[in-house]
Amino acid sequence: MFTRKRVLFAASLLLATTASLSLAETPHLGKPLNEAAIANWDISILPDGTGLPKGSGTSAQGAVVFAEKCSACHGDNAKGGAAAALVDDRKLAGISASQKTIKNFWPYATTIFDFIRRAMPFTAPRSLSDDEVYALTAYILAENKLIDANDTMNAETLPKVKMPNRDNFIIRFPDRI
Amino acid sequence: MNRSTGRNAGKRNQDLPIVAGNGLIDRRALLGRGVMLAGAVGAGVAPSAAGAEPLTDDPWSLEIGEPTPPYQTRSKFEARVVRTLSNPDNEPRNSHARTPHHLLEGTTTPNGFHFTINHGGIPVIDPQQHRLVIHGLVKQPLEFSLETLSRYPQVSRVTFLECGGNSAPMFSPEPMQETVQALHGLVSCAEWTGVKLSTLLEETGIDPKAKWLVAEGADSPHLSRSVPVKKAQDDAMIALYQNGERLMPGNGYPMRLLLPGYEGNMNVKFLRRIKLVEQPAMSMYESRTYSQILPDGKAYRFYFLQEVKSFITSPSHGMALKEPGLYEISGIAYSGAGRIEKVMVSADGGKSWGQAALQEPVLSKAFTRFRMPWRWDGGPATLQSRAWDEAGNVQPTRAEFVAVRGELTKPPPVLAFPNQHYNSITSWGVASNGEVKHVYA
Repeated sequence: MFTRKRVLFAASLLLATTASLSLAETPHLGKPLNEAAIANWDISILPDGTGLPKGSGTSAQGAVVFAEKCSACHGDNAKGGAAAALVDDRKLAGISASQKTIKNFWPYATTIFDFIRRAMPFTAPRSLSDDEVYALTAYILAENKLIDANDTMNAETLPKVKMPNRDNFIIRFPDRI
Repeated sequence: MNRSTGRNAGKRNQDLPIVAGNGLIDRRALLGRGVMLAGAVGAGVAPSAAGAEPLTDDPWSLEIGEPTPPYQTRSKFEARVVRTLSNPDNEPRNSHARTPHHLLEGTTTPNGFHFTINHGGIPVIDPQQHRLVIHGLVKQPLEFSLETLSRYPQVSRVTFLECGGNSAPMFSPEPMQETVQALHGLVSCAEWTGVKLSTLLEETGIDPKAKWLVAEGADSPHLSRSVPVKKAQDDAMIALYQNGERLMPGNGYPMRLLLPGYEGNMNVKFLRRIKLVEQPAMSMYESRTYSQILPDGKAYRFYFLQEVKSFITSPSHGMALKEPGLYEISGIAYSGAGRIEKVMVSADGGKSWGQAALQEPVLSKAFTRFRMPWRWDGGPATLQSRAWDEAGNVQPTRAEFVAVRGELTKPPPVLAFPNQHYNSITSWGVASNGEVKHVYA
């Protein structure tokens, strides 16, 4: 029969062994960095606006950038071409993903900024300034009548844009989060 | 006397224990009774040895062969076995390559056949220059090179990877006349070796506020997905090797995130950055692409799991059975929730079922090969497989699946992704002339 003291001793021994093992097991070869060194790579944007950079843009400014750098694939006025339409009034009908549009499906406006900044233009990603990305985001939102034509998009205003489909999602496996 | 025994009136065939309708034979006939089975193939009549040509040496037996290469590739006679491509000319859109399951065997997908989807071409990454940074809600941000990661304790695990949009043509309201490669080719299985992500997170330390990580690739779209920290601390890996050699370029060279059982797109390739955060980033791929619309207009978010699934690879659509007789029905089963518990096979469209033999070893979240001996009597047959996993999940019938998830109003382009996470039963119809076609049953 174990005494309380012996159990405690055994437990502390086990803890000590585990701790020393885990220290011994990992080589600690990672090079320490500070966030400033990572800033140029850190393009993560969260839906509450965390990570949005300084800068701003309007739909009028975005229209100019769009015509120059985006319309070749996305069509005049973003109505679609070789790449998807970005301004589209269709309603969701049926289960086909081809029905999804920014207006009827995308839950967060921050995603528009995030995707343009990381992936567009397709042949020259990361070539747009943050002001240009804000302007293009404003253009797409305004043309879709999700903001007013004169609204300025920046780190304050963009997360506040309420996308119509936001509350229409079901988390499939909540216990896995 | 029924039709099948009438056609195959050999004594040995009559010994085979039938377990389900339309000629399914007890799987135990495969075990230890192989000689008998082999002898029974065909119409059950022993072939005659009379009239056979005497054997002679072929030309390749009479001359020196080819030189032995430093990196070997398959026989030139196997050149027809290839992945099918959605974008061979690398036009500015994504590119898929599908695994030819109907032309492969076993459970390991050779590296040249592993499926891939690339969203901006395949980057040519110098492994000496590549870096992985882990930062955000950590105690100490750290940077790792391929060389330093290679000095960490390595773990190997066999796991399947499946695109969340695999099998999407099955959402069609009528069965699309396509091979198993076109229908189910966006899943593959390999042995991956690398460093457990939890090992690296132990070194960076985790702020308790961190609930998600955002993983990002070094490819041109900087593809980004949010992953619960829960998964990172469970079985997530930074994979460096694929079936024993460095990752294939299209599969994420020189390193990728590996999340066993989770949809392929989350297993970020060319991994260069992991940021720990409080909330998911709602990247385009998670908030749009892999959020699938339900019949009531709502949509699932964060599906993650590739649920229990199986399909028969042989016989399958596009094949033709030459003559009545004994065949082996063979296919693949897998589940993102664990091991395959059992696979049942039907030859009569689901009216009756027999239990298939599972090829050992049966590994968690990995391909499991199932086999079922079958005597085709020359009449119409509808072949199906249905899998169960150790978590108690069962692969739904198509009717059950469609009742919950819906179907399209018209057949989609075969390369499109009209919806995601399809896992119901696939049916192959065998006609009296031996042709095998995709059917719904």
